[in-house]
Amino acid sequence: MKSVKPKPTRRAAPPLEKSRSTRPAKKYVLRLFVAGATNRSRHAILRVQELCNAELKDICDLEVFDIYQQPALARANQIVATPTLIVEFPPPLRRFIGNLANITGLFVELDLAKKVKITV
Amino acid sequence: MKNNGSKSSAKKKLLPKCPTGIQGLDEITSGGLPRGRPTLVCGGAGCGKTLLAAEFLVRGAVQFDEPGVLMAFEETEKELTANVASLGFDLEGLVRRKKIVVDYVHIERSEVQESGEYDLEGLFVRLGHAIDSIGAKRVVLDTLEVLFASLPNEAILRSELRRLFRWLKEKGVTAVITAERGRESLTRHGLEEYVSDCVILLDHRVNDQIATRHLRVVKYRGALHGTNEFPFLIGNDGISVLPITSLSLNHKVSGERIATGIPRLDAMLGGKGFFRGSSILLTGTPGTGKTIVSANFAQAAARRGERVLFFSFEESPDQIIRNMHSIGLRLEPLVKKGLLRFHSARPSLYGLEMHLATMFKEIATFNPQVVIIDPITSLMDSGTNSENKGMITRLIDHLKGGQITSLFTSLTQGGHALQQSEAAMSSLMDSWLLLQDFEGNGERNRVLYVLKARGMAHSNQIREFLISDRGIDLVDAYIGPSGVLTGSARAAQGALEKAAVLAGQQEAARLKREVERKRAAIERQISGLRSDYEGESAELRRIAEQVGTSTLMLTTERTASGILRQADAKVVVHARSRAKNGKENP
Repeated sequence: MKSVKPKPTRRAAPPLEKSRSTRPAKKYVLRLFVAGATNRSRHAILRVQELCNAELKDICDLEVFDIYQQPALARANQIVATPTLIVEFPPPLRRFIGNLANITGLFVELDLAKKVKITV
Repeated sequence: MKNNGSKSSAKKKLLPKCPTGIQGLDEITSGGLPRGRPTLVCGGAGCGKTLLAAEFLVRGAVQFDEPGVLMAFEETEKELTANVASLGFDLEGLVRRKKIVVDYVHIERSEVQESGEYDLEGLFVRLGHAIDSIGAKRVVLDTLEVLFASLPNEAILRSELRRLFRWLKEKGVTAVITAERGRESLTRHGLEEYVSDCVILLDHRVNDQIATRHLRVVKYRGALHGTNEFPFLIGNDGISVLPITSLSLNHKVSGERIATGIPRLDAMLGGKGFFRGSSILLTGTPGTGKTIVSANFAQAAARRGERVLFFSFEESPDQIIRNMHSIGLRLEPLVKKGLLRFHSARPSLYGLEMHLATMFKEIATFNPQVVIIDPITSLMDSGTNSENKGMITRLIDHLKGGQITSLFTSLTQGGHALQQSEAAMSSLMDSWLLLQDFEGNGERNRVLYVLKARGMAHSNQIREFLISDRGIDLVDAYIGPSGVLTGSARAAQGALEKAAVLAGQQEAARLKREVERKRAAIERQISGLRSDYEGESAELRRIAEQVGTSTLMLTTERTASGILRQADAKVVVHARSRAKNGKENP
């Protein structure tokens, strides 16, 4: 598995004050599959990084894959639509397809209170 | 989709075709599916879409050296492998040898949430990767429509599918896309809009409780194709489409004749029996001995060392063997020697087409010289008239093509006009024997006659057909002023004739005796008369003698008395002459 290409966010996320004691010790495992450097891909990557930085700082393990580069991964991970964000942990496994423009569902699924407004 | 008809117009050659290797389908489409284009195969549940697609792929890999990709949306690789293994396809081995890639696409609807715009690039990448990894020429997408159920936003999906088909064409792969039949359109989600080069419709209809599969080429851009609905079936070795139209009348014929096992019947057929490779129809009402004639024919052929395949649709092999014992036919040694093989199946077991395919298969494996179908009529109950005729045509053509002599028995209902009820079938047959019952005198008797025998002299006589524990015999029926007489009537007529002859003989003898007697009587009379005459003549003689004697005595006495009177010698001489005169005038 390839690690995330560290892409700096355009805007530094505001520091979070809230305590994370209630959070599970285990990290969130997110994997994003995109196809090529399209607008849609870029959009998805930015959104998910924003989310990680804003809501899941330090407890989020995000990997981004380009299936053009690694086509075998598409089959291994049952990717049909791109972009697809797979939430591997905590279970159950969930897939969010699309460019993550509508992220409400993701928040609900991840059991996150929407503390910070994420804008890209 | 744009139709690249320019391809075919640029070259005089026809549209390039991609042979499927599926029996019959290539004949209908005159060569196969359009090469490098997607073909839509649609149909209801359980009509064999996946199988058709899988066979297209497997045969491509095995027969035409064209590797293929199977993208399955419904079944896992394991399930697919198991499913097609029952048709003798080794999918696993092909996958191992890198001839086929099976990619199972699974989307769990409950896991998926839409979060914005998406595309199906994932699918494209997977497909592209699979195609490139083995250099695939063929692609199967089974069943693409699953995507509609598992992915949200139909608008995106539709545009992506449109893109997919264009992409497949650009890739130059021959694709088969399966889709569920819709209620009013060909497919449930209107895929035919995108795939418009070739559309094949599969159908599974139940007619009179018997299901038959049909295949129809709805559309085939840029090529001629059979437009009819063709029955097809899924046998042990895949799909076979059975086009009737592909049959032609150009089989070779043989001048060889083969005996029927009934010498008298051979005699009726110009003394030599039937032509080898001809088709023989044997019709008769129930209980006229059709099976017995067939068994005789089978035995005769097997004894010549020919292989005989006996399809029985009413009796089990054991039953036939047992029943034939009763007329002195021993079939089981022939079965043991492998010269005679029975194949029994209930007609209602499956549809006509399946029966036909099974028969073809049996014929192909056993390679017989003689095939007997007993009776063809019970098989025909399971189809409509036109289906039946089509089936028999195909069967006969198949048999004739292989120079196989075929004997079909046909049951006719009592009281029907025999000739009429079998008219459809009989025109396909070379020879037709008729077995019939004659009722009368409180009994039923069987007769046999040759209704037609193409290309040979045959007897026009009705023969009585006797079944005894020594087998079959044909005897002359009595034909006289009172019509055809059989059985005891024939026997009675024979007796009558015998009596008449006897009476004639007796009369002659009596006359002879009478004449004899008369002759004897006349002879007796003659002898009586003769004896009378003889008696009378004897009497006459006696009288004459008496007279003579008495005269002599008288003379003697006179001489004696003259001597006594002592007359002189002169007197004596005178006396003698007087005596002479006295004799002359008594």
